[in-house]
Amino acid sequence: MFVAWRDLRFAKGRFALMGTVIVLITLLVGLLSGLTAGLGRQNVSAVTGLPADRIAFGGELSYANSTVTEGQWRRWTRTPGVEAAEPLGVTTTRATAGGRGVGVCAFGVRPGSDLAPDSDRLTDHAVVLSHSAAADLGLTAGDTLTLAGQRLTVASVTGDASFSHTPVVWTSLDTWQRTAPPDGPFATVIALRTSGADTATADRAAGTMTVERDDSLSAIGSYSAENGSLQLMRGFLFAISALVVGAFFTVWTIQRGADIAILKALGATTATLLRDALGQAAVLLAGGTVIGSGLAAGLGAALADTVPFLLTPRTVLVPAAVMIVLGMAGAALSVRRITAVDPLTALGSAR
Amino acid sequence: MSLRLTDVTLTYPDGQSRLTALDRVTFAVPAGALAAVVGPSGSGKSSLLAVAATLIAPDSGTVTVAGADTTGLGRAALTDLRRHTIGIVFQQSNLLPSLTAAEQLRVMAHLDGRGRAGARTRARTRALDLLDAVGLAGQAHRRPHQLSGGQRQRVTIARALMNDPTVLLVDEPTSALDNDRGAAVVDLLTRLTHERGTATVLVTHDRTHLGAVDRIVGVHDGRLREEMVTESQ
Ligand SMILES: Nc1ncnc2c1ncn2[C@@H]1O[C@H](COP(=O)(O)OP(=O)(O)OP(=O)(O)O)[C@@H](O)[C@H]1O
Ligand SMILES: [Mg+2]
Repeated sequence: MFVAWRDLRFAKGRFALMGTVIVLITLLVGLLSGLTAGLGRQNVSAVTGLPADRIAFGGELSYANSTVTEGQWRRWTRTPGVEAAEPLGVTTTRATAGGRGVGVCAFGVRPGSDLAPDSDRLTDHAVVLSHSAAADLGLTAGDTLTLAGQRLTVASVTGDASFSHTPVVWTSLDTWQRTAPPDGPFATVIALRTSGADTATADRAAGTMTVERDDSLSAIGSYSAENGSLQLMRGFLFAISALVVGAFFTVWTIQRGADIAILKALGATTATLLRDALGQAAVLLAGGTVIGSGLAAGLGAALADTVPFLLTPRTVLVPAAVMIVLGMAGAALSVRRITAVDPLTALGSAR
Repeated sequence: MSLRLTDVTLTYPDGQSRLTALDRVTFAVPAGALAAVVGPSGSGKSSLLAVAATLIAPDSGTVTVAGADTTGLGRAALTDLRRHTIGIVFQQSNLLPSLTAAEQLRVMAHLDGRGRAGARTRARTRALDLLDAVGLAGQAHRRPHQLSGGQRQRVTIARALMNDPTVLLVDEPTSALDNDRGAAVVDLLTRLTHERGTATVLVTHDRTHLGAVDRIVGVHDGRLREEMVTESQ
Protein backbone atom coordinates (compact mmCIF):
# COMPACT_ATOMS: atom_id res chain seq x y z
CA MET A 1 0.00 0.00 0.00
CA PHE A 2 3.09 2.25 -0.20
CA VAL A 3 2.09 3.90 -3.46
CA ALA A 4 -1.67 3.41 -2.92
CA TRP A 5 -1.74 5.52 0.26
CA ARG A 6 0.30 8.26 -1.34
CA ASP A 7 -1.92 8.25 -4.42
CA LEU A 8 -4.95 8.65 -2.15
CA ARG A 9 -3.37 11.72 -0.64
CA PHE A 10 -1.90 13.10 -3.85
CA ALA A 11 -5.08 12.75 -5.93
CA LYS A 12 -7.22 14.04 -3.03
CA GLY A 13 -9.70 15.82 -5.24
CA ARG A 14 -10.54 12.81 -7.36
CA PHE A 15 -10.82 10.45 -4.42
CA ALA A 16 -12.80 12.96 -2.36
CA LEU A 17 -15.29 13.27 -5.21
CA MET A 18 -15.62 9.53 -5.49
CA GLY A 19 -15.80 9.18 -1.71
CA THR A 20 -18.64 11.72 -1.64
CA VAL A 21 -20.54 9.74 -4.26
CA ILE A 22 -20.16 6.61 -2.12
CA VAL A 23 -21.25 8.52 1.00
CA LEU A 24 -24.37 9.81 -0.75
CA ILE A 25 -25.32 6.45 -2.23
CA THR A 26 -24.79 4.76 1.14
CA LEU A 27 -26.84 7.46 2.84
CA LEU A 28 -29.65 6.88 0.36
CA VAL A 29 -29.43 3.11 0.69
CA GLY A 30 -29.31 3.39 4.49
CA LEU A 31 -32.35 5.66 4.65
CA LEU A 32 -34.23 3.47 2.20
CA SER A 33 -33.36 0.34 4.18
CA GLY A 34 -34.50 1.87 7.46
CA LEU A 35 -37.66 3.13 5.83
CA THR A 36 -38.39 -0.19 4.13
CA ALA A 37 -37.99 -2.01 7.43
CA GLY A 38 -39.99 0.64 9.31
CA LEU A 39 -42.85 0.65 6.83
CA GLY A 40 -42.71 -3.12 6.68
CA ARG A 41 -43.04 -3.38 10.43
CA GLN A 42 -46.01 -0.99 10.43
CA ASN A 43 -47.51 -3.24 7.82
CA VAL A 44 -46.97 -6.66 9.27
CA SER A 45 -45.87 -6.56 12.91
CA ALA A 46 -49.28 -7.78 14.10
CA VAL A 47 -48.95 -10.85 11.89
CA THR A 48 -45.24 -11.56 12.45
CA GLY A 49 -45.90 -11.25 16.19
CA LEU A 50 -48.53 -14.00 16.18
CA PRO A 51 -47.50 -17.16 18.05
CA ALA A 52 -48.34 -19.25 14.99
CA ASP A 53 -46.37 -20.87 12.20
CA ARG A 54 -49.17 -21.18 9.62
CA ILE A 55 -52.25 -19.22 8.65
CA ALA A 56 -55.33 -20.83 7.11
CA PHE A 57 -57.36 -18.61 4.79
CA GLY A 58 -60.90 -19.24 3.58
CA GLY A 59 -62.19 -18.28 0.15
CA GLU A 60 -59.30 -16.04 -0.90
CA LEU A 61 -55.64 -15.71 0.03
CA SER A 62 -56.08 -12.16 1.29
CA TYR A 63 -56.47 -10.70 4.75
CA ALA A 64 -59.08 -8.32 3.32
CA ASN A 65 -61.35 -10.90 1.67
CA SER A 66 -60.75 -14.18 3.49
CA THR A 67 -63.55 -15.54 5.70
CA VAL A 68 -63.64 -18.73 7.73
CA THR A 69 -66.58 -20.45 9.36
CA GLU A 70 -66.83 -21.89 12.81
CA GLY A 71 -67.03 -25.34 11.21
CA GLN A 72 -63.75 -24.88 9.43
CA TRP A 73 -62.12 -23.76 12.65
CA ARG A 74 -63.47 -26.76 14.59
CA ARG A 75 -62.24 -29.12 11.91
CA TRP A 76 -58.73 -27.62 12.21
CA THR A 77 -58.73 -27.97 16.01
CA ARG A 78 -59.31 -31.71 15.52
CA THR A 79 -56.60 -32.15 12.87
CA PRO A 80 -53.70 -34.34 14.04
CA GLY A 81 -50.40 -32.47 14.33
CA VAL A 82 -52.12 -29.14 15.03
CA GLU A 83 -51.19 -28.01 18.53
CA ALA A 84 -53.31 -24.88 18.45
CA ALA A 85 -55.83 -23.43 16.04
CA GLU A 86 -57.22 -20.04 16.95
CA PRO A 87 -59.74 -18.03 14.96
CA LEU A 88 -58.61 -14.48 14.21
CA GLY A 89 -60.81 -11.68 12.93
CA VAL A 90 -59.19 -8.82 11.04
CA THR A 91 -61.06 -5.63 10.11
CA THR A 92 -60.02 -2.10 9.52
CA THR A 93 -62.45 0.25 11.22
CA ARG A 94 -62.70 3.52 13.09
CA ALA A 95 -62.24 4.22 16.76
CA THR A 96 -63.23 7.47 18.48
CA ALA A 97 -62.55 8.84 21.92
CA GLY A 98 -62.99 12.32 23.30
CA GLY A 99 -63.61 13.83 19.87
CA ARG A 100 -60.58 12.16 18.34
CA GLY A 101 -61.13 9.58 15.62
CA VAL A 102 -58.49 7.35 14.06
CA GLY A 103 -58.41 4.39 11.75
CA VAL A 104 -57.52 1.23 13.65
CA CYS A 105 -57.35 -2.42 12.87
CA ALA A 106 -59.56 -4.57 15.05
CA PHE A 107 -58.04 -7.99 15.72
CA GLY A 108 -60.66 -10.27 17.23
CA VAL A 109 -59.50 -13.29 19.24
CA ARG A 110 -61.13 -15.71 21.69
CA PRO A 111 -60.57 -14.27 25.20
CA GLY A 112 -57.72 -16.15 26.82
CA SER A 113 -56.16 -17.21 23.53
CA ASP A 114 -52.45 -16.57 23.28
CA LEU A 115 -52.79 -14.66 20.00
CA ALA A 116 -53.34 -11.35 21.79
CA PRO A 117 -51.33 -9.87 24.64
CA ASP A 118 -53.32 -9.67 27.91
CA SER A 119 -56.10 -11.61 26.17
CA ASP A 120 -57.56 -12.90 29.42
CA ARG A 121 -58.65 -9.31 30.09
CA LEU A 122 -60.63 -9.18 26.87
CA THR A 123 -64.38 -9.22 27.44
CA ASP A 124 -67.35 -8.17 25.38
CA HIS A 125 -66.90 -4.70 26.88
CA ALA A 126 -63.13 -4.40 27.22
CA VAL A 127 -60.33 -4.22 24.65
CA VAL A 128 -56.54 -4.14 24.69
CA LEU A 129 -54.88 -1.28 22.80
CA SER A 130 -51.48 -1.27 21.19
CA HIS A 131 -49.31 1.64 22.32
CA SER A 132 -49.67 3.53 19.07
CA ALA A 133 -53.49 3.13 19.09
CA ALA A 134 -53.55 4.43 22.66
CA ALA A 135 -51.29 7.34 21.77
CA ASP A 136 -53.31 8.24 18.65
CA LEU A 137 -56.55 8.24 20.66
CA GLY A 138 -55.03 9.80 23.77
CA LEU A 139 -56.19 6.92 26.01
CA THR A 140 -54.83 5.02 28.98
CA ALA A 141 -56.10 1.91 30.75
CA GLY A 142 -59.58 2.45 32.24
CA ASP A 143 -60.68 5.04 29.63
CA THR A 144 -63.46 4.36 27.20
CA LEU A 145 -63.65 4.48 23.44
CA THR A 146 -66.17 3.80 20.71
CA LEU A 147 -65.26 1.15 18.19
CA ALA A 148 -67.62 0.74 15.23
CA GLY A 149 -70.48 2.06 17.35
CA GLN A 150 -69.77 -0.02 20.47
CA ARG A 151 -68.72 1.62 23.74
CA LEU A 152 -65.79 -0.27 25.20
CA THR A 153 -63.33 0.11 28.06
CA VAL A 154 -59.54 -0.02 27.70
CA ALA A 155 -58.45 -3.05 29.74
CA SER A 156 -54.77 -2.43 29.11
CA VAL A 157 -52.30 -0.86 26.74
CA THR A 158 -49.55 -3.16 25.57
CA GLY A 159 -47.39 -4.11 22.59
CA ASP A 160 -46.84 -2.28 19.34
CA ALA A 161 -48.78 -4.42 16.90
CA SER A 162 -49.70 -2.72 13.69
CA PHE A 163 -51.27 -3.96 10.49
CA SER A 164 -51.34 -2.31 7.10
CA HIS A 165 -49.99 0.94 8.64
CA THR A 166 -52.84 0.99 11.16
CA PRO A 167 -52.47 0.46 14.93
CA VAL A 168 -54.11 -2.67 16.28
CA VAL A 169 -56.95 -2.85 18.81
CA TRP A 170 -57.34 -6.35 20.27
CA THR A 171 -60.97 -7.28 20.88
CA SER A 172 -62.86 -10.40 21.83
CA LEU A 173 -64.08 -12.42 18.87
CA ASP A 174 -67.68 -11.51 19.75
CA THR A 175 -66.94 -7.80 19.78
CA TRP A 176 -65.11 -8.21 16.50
CA GLN A 177 -68.09 -10.03 14.96
CA ARG A 178 -70.30 -7.10 15.96
CA THR A 179 -68.07 -4.62 14.14
CA ALA A 180 -68.92 -6.49 10.96
CA PRO A 181 -72.38 -6.49 9.36
CA PRO A 182 -74.98 -8.94 10.81
CA ASP A 183 -74.53 -12.49 9.55
CA GLY A 184 -70.93 -11.58 8.99
CA PRO A 185 -68.12 -14.12 9.07
CA PHE A 186 -67.07 -16.11 12.11
CA ALA A 187 -63.47 -14.98 11.67
CA THR A 188 -61.05 -13.93 8.93
CA VAL A 189 -58.32 -16.55 9.23
CA ILE A 190 -57.22 -19.36 11.53
CA ALA A 191 -53.81 -19.05 13.16
CA LEU A 192 -52.23 -22.49 13.48
CA ARG A 193 -49.41 -23.86 15.54
CA THR A 194 -48.46 -27.15 13.93
CA SER A 195 -45.90 -29.86 14.31
CA GLY A 196 -45.91 -32.24 11.40
CA ALA A 197 -49.54 -31.72 10.41
CA ASP A 198 -50.53 -32.70 6.87
CA THR A 199 -51.87 -29.27 6.00
CA ALA A 200 -52.63 -30.13 2.37
CA THR A 201 -55.02 -32.89 3.36
CA ALA A 202 -56.50 -30.81 6.16
CA ASP A 203 -57.02 -27.91 3.72
CA ARG A 204 -58.94 -30.20 1.37
CA ALA A 205 -61.11 -31.46 4.23
CA ALA A 206 -61.78 -28.00 5.69
CA GLY A 207 -61.94 -26.09 2.40
CA THR A 208 -59.19 -23.66 3.45
CA MET A 209 -55.84 -22.53 2.08
CA THR A 210 -52.91 -22.71 4.46
CA VAL A 211 -49.61 -20.92 4.02
CA GLU A 212 -46.61 -20.32 6.25
CA ARG A 213 -47.07 -17.30 8.47
CA ASP A 214 -44.29 -15.28 6.85
CA ASP A 215 -45.55 -16.15 3.37
CA SER A 216 -48.96 -14.81 4.36
CA LEU A 217 -47.50 -11.29 4.47
CA SER A 218 -47.95 -11.00 0.73
CA ALA A 219 -51.66 -11.46 1.43
CA ILE A 220 -51.58 -8.01 3.05
CA GLY A 221 -52.41 -5.93 -0.04
CA SER A 222 -50.32 -2.87 0.81
CA TYR A 223 -47.30 -4.90 1.87
CA SER A 224 -46.39 -6.70 -1.32
CA ALA A 225 -46.73 -3.60 -3.52
CA GLU A 226 -44.88 -1.31 -1.14
CA ASN A 227 -42.14 -3.68 -0.12
CA GLY A 228 -41.59 -4.81 -3.71
CA SER A 229 -41.03 -1.31 -5.05
CA LEU A 230 -38.79 -0.28 -2.15
CA GLN A 231 -36.67 -3.41 -2.56
CA LEU A 232 -36.43 -2.72 -6.29
CA MET A 233 -35.14 0.80 -5.60
CA ARG A 234 -32.63 -0.54 -3.14
CA GLY A 235 -31.46 -3.14 -5.63
CA PHE A 236 -30.98 -0.48 -8.29
CA LEU A 237 -28.97 1.67 -5.87
CA PHE A 238 -26.70 -1.27 -5.10
CA ALA A 239 -26.21 -1.97 -8.80
CA ILE A 240 -25.56 1.71 -9.53
CA SER A 241 -22.97 1.96 -6.79
CA ALA A 242 -21.12 -1.12 -8.04
CA LEU A 243 -21.12 0.32 -11.57
CA VAL A 244 -19.99 3.78 -10.44
CA VAL A 245 -17.17 2.35 -8.34
CA GLY A 246 -16.18 0.05 -11.20
CA ALA A 247 -16.19 2.92 -13.69
CA PHE A 248 -14.13 5.13 -11.40
CA PHE A 249 -11.46 2.51 -10.85
CA THR A 250 -11.41 1.64 -14.55
CA VAL A 251 -10.57 5.23 -15.45
CA TRP A 252 -8.14 5.50 -12.55
CA THR A 253 -6.33 2.29 -13.54
CA ILE A 254 -6.05 3.44 -17.16
CA GLN A 255 -4.65 6.79 -16.00
CA ARG A 256 -2.10 4.95 -13.92
CA GLY A 257 -1.11 2.64 -16.79
CA ALA A 258 2.33 4.25 -17.24
CA ASP A 259 3.06 4.13 -13.49
CA ILE A 260 2.07 0.48 -13.38
CA ALA A 261 4.39 -0.32 -16.30
CA ILE A 262 7.30 1.40 -14.49
CA LEU A 263 6.63 -0.45 -11.26
CA LYS A 264 6.46 -3.75 -13.11
CA ALA A 265 9.70 -3.02 -14.96
CA LEU A 266 11.35 -2.17 -11.64
CA GLY A 267 10.31 -5.59 -10.34
CA ALA A 268 6.91 -5.14 -8.70
CA THR A 269 4.94 -8.38 -8.67
CA THR A 270 1.48 -8.30 -10.22
CA ALA A 271 0.06 -9.69 -6.98
CA THR A 272 1.45 -6.73 -5.03
CA LEU A 273 0.06 -4.24 -7.53
CA LEU A 274 -3.37 -5.90 -7.46
CA ARG A 275 -3.42 -6.04 -3.69
CA ASP A 276 -2.50 -2.38 -3.45
CA ALA A 277 -5.18 -1.36 -5.92
CA LEU A 278 -7.82 -3.41 -4.09
CA GLY A 279 -6.62 -2.07 -0.77
CA GLN A 280 -7.06 1.44 -2.09
CA ALA A 281 -10.59 0.62 -3.23
CA ALA A 282 -11.35 -0.95 0.15
CA VAL A 283 -10.14 2.16 2.01
CA LEU A 284 -12.28 4.40 -0.17
CA LEU A 285 -15.35 2.16 0.08
CA ALA A 286 -15.04 1.53 3.80
CA GLY A 287 -14.51 5.22 4.54
CA GLY A 288 -17.42 6.33 2.36
CA THR A 289 -19.72 3.60 3.62
CA VAL A 290 -19.00 4.24 7.29
CA ILE A 291 -19.68 7.97 6.90
CA GLY A 292 -22.77 7.35 4.75
CA SER A 293 -24.22 4.76 7.14
CA GLY A 294 -23.46 6.98 10.11
CA LEU A 295 -25.32 9.86 8.48
CA ALA A 296 -28.22 7.56 7.59
CA ALA A 297 -28.43 6.26 11.17
CA GLY A 298 -28.23 9.77 12.59
CA LEU A 299 -30.82 11.16 10.22
CA GLY A 300 -33.06 8.13 10.75
CA ALA A 301 -32.88 8.51 14.52
CA ALA A 302 -33.70 12.21 14.24
CA LEU A 303 -36.69 11.52 11.99
CA ALA A 304 -37.93 8.45 13.88
CA ASP A 305 -40.80 10.39 15.44
CA THR A 306 -42.25 11.59 12.17
CA VAL A 307 -41.22 8.82 9.77
CA PRO A 308 -41.49 5.05 10.33
CA PHE A 309 -37.71 4.54 10.28
CA LEU A 310 -36.42 1.33 11.82
CA LEU A 311 -32.89 1.64 13.15
CA THR A 312 -31.37 -1.76 13.91
CA PRO A 313 -27.99 -3.36 13.20
CA ARG A 314 -29.76 -5.23 10.41
CA THR A 315 -31.02 -2.12 8.65
CA VAL A 316 -27.70 -0.26 9.01
CA LEU A 317 -24.93 -2.85 8.84
CA VAL A 318 -26.36 -5.18 6.21
CA PRO A 319 -26.75 -2.51 3.50
CA ALA A 320 -23.30 -1.15 4.41
CA ALA A 321 -21.76 -4.59 4.03
CA VAL A 322 -23.56 -5.15 0.73
CA MET A 323 -22.29 -1.77 -0.52
CA ILE A 324 -18.72 -2.70 0.34
CA VAL A 325 -18.95 -6.18 -1.18
CA LEU A 326 -20.55 -4.96 -4.42
CA GLY A 327 -18.16 -2.00 -4.64
CA MET A 328 -15.20 -4.31 -4.19
CA ALA A 329 -16.59 -6.54 -6.93
CA GLY A 330 -16.82 -3.53 -9.24
CA ALA A 331 -13.28 -2.46 -8.31
CA ALA A 332 -11.95 -5.99 -8.75
CA LEU A 333 -13.35 -6.18 -12.27
CA SER A 334 -11.66 -2.90 -13.18
CA VAL A 335 -8.25 -3.32 -11.55
CA ARG A 336 -8.00 -6.70 -13.27
CA ARG A 337 -6.52 -4.80 -16.20
CA ILE A 338 -3.36 -4.26 -14.15
CA THR A 339 -2.39 -7.82 -15.10
CA ALA A 340 -2.46 -6.84 -18.77
CA VAL A 341 -0.04 -3.89 -18.47
CA ASP A 342 3.24 -4.69 -20.27
CA PRO A 343 6.33 -3.46 -18.39
CA LEU A 344 8.03 -3.11 -21.79
CA THR A 345 6.02 0.07 -22.39
CA ALA A 346 8.05 1.75 -19.63
CA LEU A 347 11.09 1.70 -21.90
CA GLY A 348 11.12 4.91 -23.91
CA SER A 349 11.18 4.05 -27.59
CA ALA A 350 10.22 0.41 -27.35
CA ARG A 351 6.56 1.50 -27.18
CA MET B 1 30.82 -11.16 -16.70
CA SER B 2 27.89 -9.49 -14.98
CA LEU B 3 25.85 -9.24 -18.16
CA ARG B 4 26.29 -11.48 -21.17
CA LEU B 5 24.23 -11.71 -24.34
CA THR B 6 25.23 -14.66 -26.55
CA ASP B 7 24.11 -14.90 -30.15
CA VAL B 8 20.87 -13.08 -29.42
CA THR B 9 18.36 -12.66 -32.23
CA LEU B 10 15.13 -10.74 -31.75
CA THR B 11 12.42 -10.27 -34.36
CA TYR B 12 9.13 -8.39 -34.33
CA PRO B 13 6.12 -9.30 -36.43
CA ASP B 14 6.03 -7.02 -39.48
CA GLY B 15 2.99 -7.65 -41.63
CA GLN B 16 3.43 -11.06 -43.27
CA SER B 17 7.16 -11.34 -42.52
CA ARG B 18 9.25 -10.52 -39.46
CA LEU B 19 11.57 -7.61 -38.82
CA THR B 20 14.95 -8.43 -37.32
CA ALA B 21 15.70 -5.92 -34.55
CA LEU B 22 18.76 -7.75 -33.13
CA ASP B 23 20.84 -9.96 -35.40
CA ARG B 24 23.03 -12.59 -33.65
CA VAL B 25 24.25 -10.10 -31.07
CA THR B 26 27.02 -11.14 -28.68
CA PHE B 27 27.82 -8.62 -26.01
CA ALA B 28 29.24 -8.77 -22.49
CA VAL B 29 29.86 -6.18 -19.80
CA PRO B 30 32.02 -6.86 -16.73
CA ALA B 31 31.42 -5.41 -13.27
CA GLY B 32 32.55 -1.83 -12.87
CA ALA B 33 32.50 -1.01 -16.60
CA LEU B 34 30.23 1.31 -18.56
CA ALA B 35 29.50 0.41 -22.16
CA ALA B 36 27.78 2.98 -24.36
CA VAL B 37 25.66 1.57 -27.15
CA VAL B 38 25.28 4.14 -29.91
CA GLY B 39 23.27 4.02 -33.09
CA PRO B 40 20.76 5.85 -35.22
CA SER B 41 17.05 5.71 -34.67
CA GLY B 42 15.61 2.31 -35.37
CA SER B 43 18.96 0.53 -35.13
CA GLY B 44 17.88 -1.69 -32.22
CA LYS B 45 19.18 0.09 -29.09
CA SER B 46 15.98 -0.08 -27.10
CA SER B 47 15.48 -3.67 -28.22
CA LEU B 48 18.93 -4.54 -26.87
CA LEU B 49 18.09 -2.89 -23.57
CA ALA B 50 14.70 -4.60 -23.35
CA VAL B 51 16.28 -8.00 -23.91
CA ALA B 52 19.00 -7.31 -21.33
CA ALA B 53 16.33 -6.12 -18.89
CA THR B 54 14.41 -9.42 -19.37
CA LEU B 55 11.38 -7.41 -20.43
CA ILE B 56 11.31 -9.28 -23.73
CA ALA B 57 12.57 -12.77 -24.52
CA PRO B 58 14.84 -13.17 -27.58
CA ASP B 59 13.90 -15.54 -30.40
CA SER B 60 17.21 -17.31 -29.95
CA GLY B 61 20.44 -16.91 -28.00
CA THR B 62 20.92 -16.55 -24.27
CA VAL B 63 20.92 -13.69 -21.79
CA THR B 64 22.91 -14.22 -18.59
CA VAL B 65 22.48 -11.75 -15.73
CA ALA B 66 24.78 -12.00 -12.69
CA GLY B 67 25.73 -15.50 -13.76
CA ALA B 68 22.12 -16.70 -14.09
CA ASP B 69 20.82 -17.87 -17.46
CA THR B 70 17.42 -16.25 -17.99
CA THR B 71 16.33 -18.59 -20.80
CA GLY B 72 13.04 -20.25 -19.98
CA LEU B 73 12.47 -18.45 -16.69
CA GLY B 74 8.82 -17.72 -15.88
CA ARG B 75 7.37 -14.27 -15.42
CA ALA B 76 7.53 -14.36 -11.62
CA ALA B 77 11.18 -15.46 -11.63
CA LEU B 78 12.06 -12.69 -14.09
CA THR B 79 10.27 -10.12 -11.93
CA ASP B 80 12.33 -11.25 -8.93
CA LEU B 81 15.52 -11.13 -11.01
CA ARG B 82 14.75 -7.58 -12.12
CA ARG B 83 14.01 -6.50 -8.57
CA HIS B 84 17.22 -7.92 -7.14
CA THR B 85 19.87 -7.64 -9.82
CA ILE B 86 18.84 -5.15 -12.51
CA GLY B 87 18.57 -1.39 -12.17
CA ILE B 88 16.78 0.46 -14.97
CA VAL B 89 17.02 4.16 -15.77
CA PHE B 90 14.24 5.07 -18.17
CA GLN B 91 14.38 7.54 -21.00
CA GLN B 92 11.88 10.04 -19.58
CA SER B 93 12.83 10.10 -15.92
CA ASN B 94 9.78 7.91 -15.33
CA LEU B 95 8.90 8.88 -11.77
CA LEU B 96 5.62 8.35 -9.92
CA PRO B 97 3.81 11.68 -9.55
CA SER B 98 2.52 11.10 -6.01
CA LEU B 99 5.89 10.27 -4.43
CA THR B 100 8.61 12.56 -3.12
CA ALA B 101 12.18 12.05 -4.33
CA ALA B 102 13.02 9.97 -1.25
CA GLU B 103 9.86 7.89 -1.66
CA GLN B 104 10.67 7.17 -5.33
CA LEU B 105 13.65 5.29 -3.91
CA ARG B 106 11.95 3.79 -0.88
CA VAL B 107 9.27 2.22 -3.07
CA MET B 108 11.92 -0.26 -4.19
CA ALA B 109 11.68 -1.91 -0.77
CA HIS B 110 7.90 -2.37 -1.21
CA LEU B 111 7.74 -3.95 -4.66
CA ASP B 112 7.40 -7.52 -3.46
CA GLY B 113 4.61 -6.61 -1.04
CA ARG B 114 6.29 -8.37 1.86
CA GLY B 115 6.42 -6.15 4.90
CA ARG B 116 9.81 -6.61 6.48
CA ALA B 117 10.14 -3.66 8.81
CA GLY B 118 13.92 -3.96 9.00
CA ALA B 119 14.39 -3.77 5.24
CA ARG B 120 12.07 -0.79 5.03
CA THR B 121 13.91 1.13 7.71
CA ARG B 122 17.21 0.41 5.97
CA ALA B 123 15.63 1.62 2.70
CA ARG B 124 14.86 4.95 4.36
CA THR B 125 18.50 5.54 5.23
CA ARG B 126 19.80 4.18 1.96
CA ALA B 127 17.45 6.44 -0.04
CA LEU B 128 18.86 9.53 1.64
CA ASP B 129 22.44 8.30 1.12
CA LEU B 130 21.81 7.69 -2.57
CA LEU B 131 20.11 11.05 -3.08
CA ASP B 132 23.17 12.55 -1.48
CA ALA B 133 25.40 10.58 -3.84
CA VAL B 134 23.61 12.03 -6.87
CA GLY B 135 23.72 15.52 -5.39
CA LEU B 136 20.07 15.81 -4.35
CA ALA B 137 20.40 15.72 -0.57
CA GLY B 138 18.35 18.90 -0.24
CA GLN B 139 15.53 17.79 -2.57
CA ALA B 140 14.44 14.59 -0.82
CA HIS B 141 11.00 15.94 0.02
CA ARG B 142 10.15 17.26 -3.46
CA ARG B 143 7.70 15.66 -5.84
CA PRO B 144 8.59 15.21 -9.54
CA HIS B 145 6.76 18.36 -10.64
CA GLN B 146 8.90 20.37 -8.21
CA LEU B 147 12.16 19.09 -9.73
CA SER B 148 14.04 20.10 -12.90
CA GLY B 149 14.54 17.64 -15.75
CA GLY B 150 18.15 16.98 -14.75
CA GLN B 151 17.18 16.48 -11.10
CA ARG B 152 14.46 14.07 -12.12
CA GLN B 153 16.94 12.08 -14.19
CA ARG B 154 19.28 11.89 -11.19
CA VAL B 155 16.42 10.66 -8.98
CA THR B 156 15.82 7.89 -11.53
CA ILE B 157 19.50 6.95 -11.42
CA ALA B 158 19.47 6.86 -7.62
CA ARG B 159 16.31 4.72 -7.71
CA ALA B 160 17.96 2.26 -10.09
CA LEU B 161 20.76 1.81 -7.56
CA MET B 162 18.47 1.22 -4.55
CA ASN B 163 18.60 -2.57 -4.60
CA ASP B 164 22.34 -2.63 -5.29
CA PRO B 165 21.98 -4.06 -8.81
CA THR B 166 24.61 -6.08 -10.63
CA VAL B 167 23.53 -4.65 -13.94
CA LEU B 168 22.50 -1.05 -14.60
CA LEU B 169 20.59 -0.39 -17.82
CA VAL B 170 20.19 3.21 -18.95
CA ASP B 171 17.89 4.28 -21.79
CA GLU B 172 18.70 7.59 -23.51
CA PRO B 173 19.43 9.44 -20.25
CA THR B 174 20.36 12.69 -21.92
CA SER B 175 17.65 13.01 -24.57
CA ALA B 176 15.51 15.36 -22.48
CA LEU B 177 18.43 17.44 -21.17
CA ASP B 178 20.52 20.32 -22.48
CA ASN B 179 24.24 19.85 -23.17
CA ASP B 180 25.70 20.66 -19.75
CA ARG B 181 23.19 18.64 -17.88
CA GLY B 182 23.57 15.75 -20.30
CA ALA B 183 27.31 15.70 -19.73
CA ALA B 184 26.79 15.86 -15.96
CA VAL B 185 24.46 12.85 -16.07
CA VAL B 186 26.93 10.75 -18.10
CA ASP B 187 29.73 11.74 -15.73
CA LEU B 188 27.57 10.76 -12.77
CA LEU B 189 26.80 7.38 -14.32
CA THR B 190 30.49 6.76 -15.04
CA ARG B 191 31.44 7.64 -11.49
CA LEU B 192 28.69 5.49 -9.93
CA THR B 193 29.62 2.57 -12.19
CA HIS B 194 33.21 2.67 -11.01
CA GLU B 195 32.33 3.28 -7.36
CA ARG B 196 29.62 0.65 -7.10
CA GLY B 197 30.91 -1.93 -9.53
CA THR B 198 27.81 -2.21 -11.66
CA ALA B 199 27.93 -3.48 -15.21
CA THR B 200 26.36 -0.48 -16.93
CA VAL B 201 24.89 -0.31 -20.41
CA LEU B 202 24.03 3.20 -21.61
CA VAL B 203 22.01 3.38 -24.77
CA THR B 204 21.97 6.64 -26.74
CA HIS B 205 21.83 8.11 -30.22
CA ASP B 206 23.87 11.10 -29.11
CA ARG B 207 27.68 10.82 -29.08
CA THR B 208 28.37 14.27 -27.57
CA HIS B 209 28.88 13.21 -23.96
CA LEU B 210 30.69 9.93 -24.42
CA GLY B 211 34.26 11.24 -23.92
CA ALA B 212 34.85 9.49 -20.62
CA VAL B 213 33.08 6.15 -21.06
CA ASP B 214 35.03 2.89 -20.97
CA ARG B 215 33.75 1.49 -24.18
CA ILE B 216 31.59 2.46 -27.15
CA VAL B 217 29.68 -0.06 -29.22
CA GLY B 218 27.95 0.95 -32.45
CA VAL B 219 24.64 -0.58 -33.57
CA HIS B 220 23.41 -0.65 -37.13
CA ASP B 221 20.41 -2.62 -38.29
CA GLY B 222 20.55 -4.84 -35.23
CA ARG B 223 24.26 -5.67 -35.52
CA LEU B 224 26.92 -4.57 -33.03
CA ARG B 225 30.36 -3.24 -33.92
CA GLU B 226 33.01 -2.51 -31.30
CA GLU B 227 34.29 1.05 -31.78
CA MET B 228 36.47 1.93 -28.82
CA VAL B 229 37.74 0.15 -25.74
CA THR B 230 39.70 2.00 -23.07
CA GLU B 231 42.94 0.21 -22.21
CA SER B 232 42.76 1.02 -18.53
CA GLN B 233 40.06 -1.63 -17.99
N1 LIG C 1 7.04 -3.60 -30.73
C1 LIG C 1 7.56 -3.55 -31.97
N2 LIG C 1 6.91 -4.16 -32.98
C2 LIG C 1 7.42 -4.14 -34.23
N3 LIG C 1 8.58 -3.56 -34.55
C3 LIG C 1 9.27 -2.93 -33.58
C4 LIG C 1 8.78 -2.90 -32.24
N4 LIG C 1 9.67 -2.22 -31.47
C5 LIG C 1 10.66 -1.84 -32.32
N5 LIG C 1 10.42 -2.27 -33.58
C6 LIG C 1 11.30 -2.10 -34.72
O1 LIG C 1 12.55 -2.69 -34.41
C7 LIG C 1 13.59 -1.87 -34.86
C8 LIG C 1 14.50 -1.51 -33.70
O2 LIG C 1 13.74 -0.69 -32.82
P1 LIG C 1 14.32 -0.07 -31.50
O3 LIG C 1 13.22 0.53 -30.76
O4 LIG C 1 15.16 -1.10 -30.84
O5 LIG C 1 15.27 1.06 -32.12
P2 LIG C 1 16.11 2.19 -31.38
O6 LIG C 1 17.49 2.03 -31.80
O7 LIG C 1 15.83 2.19 -29.94
O8 LIG C 1 15.51 3.52 -32.04
P3 LIG C 1 15.32 4.97 -31.34
O9 LIG C 1 16.67 5.60 -31.32
O10 LIG C 1 14.42 5.65 -32.31
O11 LIG C 1 14.72 4.76 -30.01
C9 LIG C 1 12.97 -0.68 -35.54
O12 LIG C 1 12.94 -0.89 -36.92
C10 LIG C 1 11.57 -0.65 -35.01
O13 LIG C 1 10.67 -0.14 -35.96
MG1 LIG D 1 15.04 3.54 -28.48
